[in-house]
Amino acid sequence: TFDRRHNSTHTPPPARYGGRHTVTLIPGDGIGPELAKHVCELFRFCCVPVDFEVVDVDSSMASEDDIDDAIMAIRRNGVALKGNIETNHNLPPSYKSRNNLLRTTLDLYANVMHCQSLPGVRTRHRKIDIMIVRENTEGEYSSLEHENVPGVVECLKIITKTKSLRIADYAFQTARAKGRRLVTAVHKANIMKLGDGLFLECCKEVASGYPEISFESMIVDNTTMQLVSRPQQFDVMVMPNLYGNVVSNVCAGLVGGPGLVPGANYGENYAVFETGTRNTGKSIANSNTANPTAMLLASCLLLDHLKLHDYASMIRRAVLSTLTETKLHTADLGGQGSTSEVLQRVMNAVQSTGPRTLSM
Amino acid sequence: FMHTRSCGKYDPPPAKYGGRHTVTLIPGDGIGPELLNHVKEVFRFCCVPVDFEVVHVNSAVETEDDINNAITAIRRNGVALKGNIETKHTMAPSVKSRNNLLRTSLDLYANVMHCQSLPGVQTRHKNIDIMIIRENTEGEYSNLEHENVSGVVESLKIITRTNSLRIAEYAFQLAREKGRKRVTAVHKANIMKLGDGLFLQCCREVASDYPDLTFDSMIVDNTTMQLVSKPQQFDVMVMPNLYGNVVSNVCAGLVGGPGLVPGANYGRDYAVFETATRNTGKSIAGKNIANPTAMLLASCMMLDHLKLYDYASMIRNAILSTMNETRLHTADLGGQGTTSEVVQSIMRVIQTTAS
Repeated sequence: TFDRRHNSTHTPPPARYGGRHTVTLIPGDGIGPELAKHVCELFRFCCVPVDFEVVDVDSSMASEDDIDDAIMAIRRNGVALKGNIETNHNLPPSYKSRNNLLRTTLDLYANVMHCQSLPGVRTRHRKIDIMIVRENTEGEYSSLEHENVPGVVECLKIITKTKSLRIADYAFQTARAKGRRLVTAVHKANIMKLGDGLFLECCKEVASGYPEISFESMIVDNTTMQLVSRPQQFDVMVMPNLYGNVVSNVCAGLVGGPGLVPGANYGENYAVFETGTRNTGKSIANSNTANPTAMLLASCLLLDHLKLHDYASMIRRAVLSTLTETKLHTADLGGQGSTSEVLQRVMNAVQSTGPRTLSM
Repeated sequence: FMHTRSCGKYDPPPAKYGGRHTVTLIPGDGIGPELLNHVKEVFRFCCVPVDFEVVHVNSAVETEDDINNAITAIRRNGVALKGNIETKHTMAPSVKSRNNLLRTSLDLYANVMHCQSLPGVQTRHKNIDIMIIRENTEGEYSNLEHENVSGVVESLKIITRTNSLRIAEYAFQLAREKGRKRVTAVHKANIMKLGDGLFLQCCREVASDYPDLTFDSMIVDNTTMQLVSKPQQFDVMVMPNLYGNVVSNVCAGLVGGPGLVPGANYGRDYAVFETATRNTGKSIAGKNIANPTAMLLASCMMLDHLKLYDYASMIRNAILSTMNETRLHTADLGGQGTTSEVVQSIMRVIQTTAS
């Protein structure tokens, strides 16, 4: 299994036959399956030239066969859309997080989350537009822990020069491509001098190659405090794994919650799209109350990645216009709308603006 | 040096002579010195029976003599009030954070921060009342890092059963004492299964001894998201060091910023008080615009610790009245008051209520 999983030197040709793309779909747990179904429904309705290859991953099994199959499918197809796979705390520590395995095996080193204030969603802060670039494969998520002495656990947080340079470069490239002005590195180098110190140094090195973009750094505690008082000051942010986790959740909370923000995981050869805050949503599963916005917007990011820009824009416009209809807001936005009502409205919006849909 | 610092078995008698307490004062850097001067001013004005033994710690030198002197002074006096000592990133990695050294040497294992919405401060969320108990000596702040292979750094995060049980015990005791209802443990045990898993397990163990209190747990990312949307759901929170750092800063931001919240570091034998978010405030130092509230409230917590409750209440009420009634706010709260104006106002209130 080691060979199958880590042999990533083979780059398969893009899975496109007869003008149609094949994309791996991992439903996951909780609200994942129902949201994935809605995406399929919507794509079918809009005649999007994408076929989904569904791979189920059973989170209650100790064997890693399921996740290996999923990884294999993604290697073949190059692109995936996934729901979050639950990590059951009750299973032994040797059982690694499936989501984490997927990210590290496919070397999806950059997690990108774009948090924007959306019209139609009332929040305490306005005009937020932050791009969070989070290192996705090392840091505190290395899954390296040991208990040499009973009752004393050591967790290793790994920071490497290679990966820090890589993520910093990704951040600056993205900033340049999107015309952004400022990149802020988030760290705790006053305490973790070698680790975060190295990360910071790498960011500074890369920054020197992008003179048109300003570079700043901020300690993570100050960052989170600034985020809750004046989030408008941030533009692009780059950081190691754990801070990325915290900062993305704070930002998601600021723009309206986990139901709204899509997330993307990019590697050199693969891309996997999901909701930004990776929630399983177990407590609201199958109650038709989940907010489909995040997953639908993630599917738009997927379409953009496949260069199907027209379809992406069409669906995105429809999703955002639906958000302005307050009476359709789902529970997480304080409304009483159901998932299916929202989806119906999105399809209506697509039909009234776009030419190519199935009949309703 | 190791011996003087880690010898914690000697319990000095409380430094109280002739009814007056001696308290160590560490001015620190940035706004620390000016704020502590204001504390001294207010204490002198109110005739508080506290004498300060000032110990300066120079953050620009590499030797640890200064911080060792400070630690010895605190061992003698038992209590201290401190400003934040700057940790210069440009110095060698072997130069450890002075604040961290102080906390670990004196084994100040519990950092307690009480975040409350103040009526006179306009914030986006109201009715916040959260007590954050943060493990203060281990976790990600163990200062154990190495670079065995060039370009690959390993930072060790240490979680021990002893310290986790200890901090959980502290949290539940405090919750019971203050009549709180619920304790939430914040963790990331789905990823750091052994480390945070151990922490969570210890919290659960301790929780079983406190059936009158509800215990639940929440993953740190969800916690921060919940904090920015519905902070009123939290009561008492307990967590390892780094999450404590992040969560306390988020909460401080929610109730009005770093200028308002005091923090306390408790150990078995010693207590050190400071501003909760430990900012040096270098950019506003010496300009008379810093908000003295956090430091003054920290000094009130110190007075409570010394059992000088009347003085503590007197000063605290004066601070809150200045904040809430006269609405004299400094720049961080969007006002234009200076530090000295605020302090003068507080002293005026004390004078009018005392006479």
